[in-house]
Amino acid sequence: MNELLAGLLEAGRLIVTFDADLIEISLRSLQVTLTAVAVASAIGLPLGCWLAVRRFRFRRFVIATMNALMGLPPVVVGLIVYLLLSRAGPFGVFGLLFTPTAMITAQVIILTPLIASIAHQAIRELWAQYHDLLISMNTTRWQRIATLLWDGRRALLTASLAGFGRGIGEVGAIMIVGGNIDNATRVLTTAISLETGKGNFSLALALGFVLIGLAVVVNLLIHTLSRTEVSGRW
Amino acid sequence: MVTSILPLSVKDAVVRRRGKTLLGPVTTTVSDTGLSIVMGPNGAGKTTLLRLLHGMERVSGGGSLKWQIPEEDARALQAFVFQAPIMMRRTALDNVAYPLMTHGVSKKEARVRAAEWLERVGLADSAQKQATVLSGGERQKLALARALIRKPEILFLDEPCANLDGRATREFETLLMQAFKDGTRVVMSTHDIGQARRLAEDVWFIHHGHILEQTPAEEFFASPTTSEARAFLKGDIVE
Repeated sequence: MNELLAGLLEAGRLIVTFDADLIEISLRSLQVTLTAVAVASAIGLPLGCWLAVRRFRFRRFVIATMNALMGLPPVVVGLIVYLLLSRAGPFGVFGLLFTPTAMITAQVIILTPLIASIAHQAIRELWAQYHDLLISMNTTRWQRIATLLWDGRRALLTASLAGFGRGIGEVGAIMIVGGNIDNATRVLTTAISLETGKGNFSLALALGFVLIGLAVVVNLLIHTLSRTEVSGRW
Repeated sequence: MVTSILPLSVKDAVVRRRGKTLLGPVTTTVSDTGLSIVMGPNGAGKTTLLRLLHGMERVSGGGSLKWQIPEEDARALQAFVFQAPIMMRRTALDNVAYPLMTHGVSKKEARVRAAEWLERVGLADSAQKQATVLSGGERQKLALARALIRKPEILFLDEPCANLDGRATREFETLLMQAFKDGTRVVMSTHDIGQARRLAEDVWFIHHGHILEQTPAEEFFASPTTSEARAFLKGDIVE
């Protein structure tokens, strides 16, 4: 109990004093995850939509695979990305291992199936509703996808936010490909892991509270900016 | 109009779904003017017939639908109003502007024209409301404006007044008659005999997926030739 309290106090102290290290790793956490969410959304949202609209032979199989990949173990993704980016690997020449870019890459792989699956689910319902109308109006396939993405944007926001939630708290993959290097690839989750290992529980807890606070603030901010949950609006 | 898409000739068209024949074979001609009312009991195939003519049902077997111009071009000159109006998650104004926007009209121009149409159907005050909060009657009027905004040559309506009360039905019928007077070919299904009497120029009576009668309204209501139609008009239950 004492440790929890000490952690809270420590968190308060770090925030109030604008601790330079805290701000740096928090910003890096945000930078990595927000970039990964943006890239994964750019791939996953249209993909989910396309899968809802298009009928093709292996559609069921693709959707089932995508749903299964939602549970992709981050450590394994980290390992694979590590091997691909390491000096001996196929992309070794770019020297990306242990950089934020590597961390973003790993997170994009983890987040895309999740975002695509949730988007697919939401768009499928909207498509069932719009189907006859859009067919009747003689729209092209791309117009249908664009319409569904736009009219389903509130539901798609949820998909992206779910991706953010998974990304910001993720530690396995970014630890492996980022390496938790101070001033270079250290983020909140890897720092918590490190401080816990060192027995620095109050600092680890403080970082943990900051992480939770950050997730809440980002979600609230996005909801406010996009005016969801306001009556009479979609 | 020089390049009218009508008349439409339908030959031996059959609609099957999962091995079950829903409609046909149907052989008929949709003339280039008029207001036709499709009547028949529930499950007779009214909706399927309208969807078939509109190109939303695949023709099974060897049947065919033949417009006066190629089918792809003809599709753009038709519109459909559904029994339960489909409201897009947009403002009323953008719902009406949508068909224009997807067919090459600029957003600004589309909204100006949509506003005129909302005015015409009496929904000007609701322009900025989300379409999903409109009442049943307002929705159906919105759907009518959305269907008419691209000036279709032929308009199909599938029991548009089935869920409306008397006043909303009257308003809807007034708007529909205006569109008809402006030169739109109308094909509408209903099982409200009173509505059929008010509107019809000719009646298509269908039963078990077949068109049993296709006669001018006066003739149909005065002396239907088939026993099914007679029973239907008398108010008997036709099975």
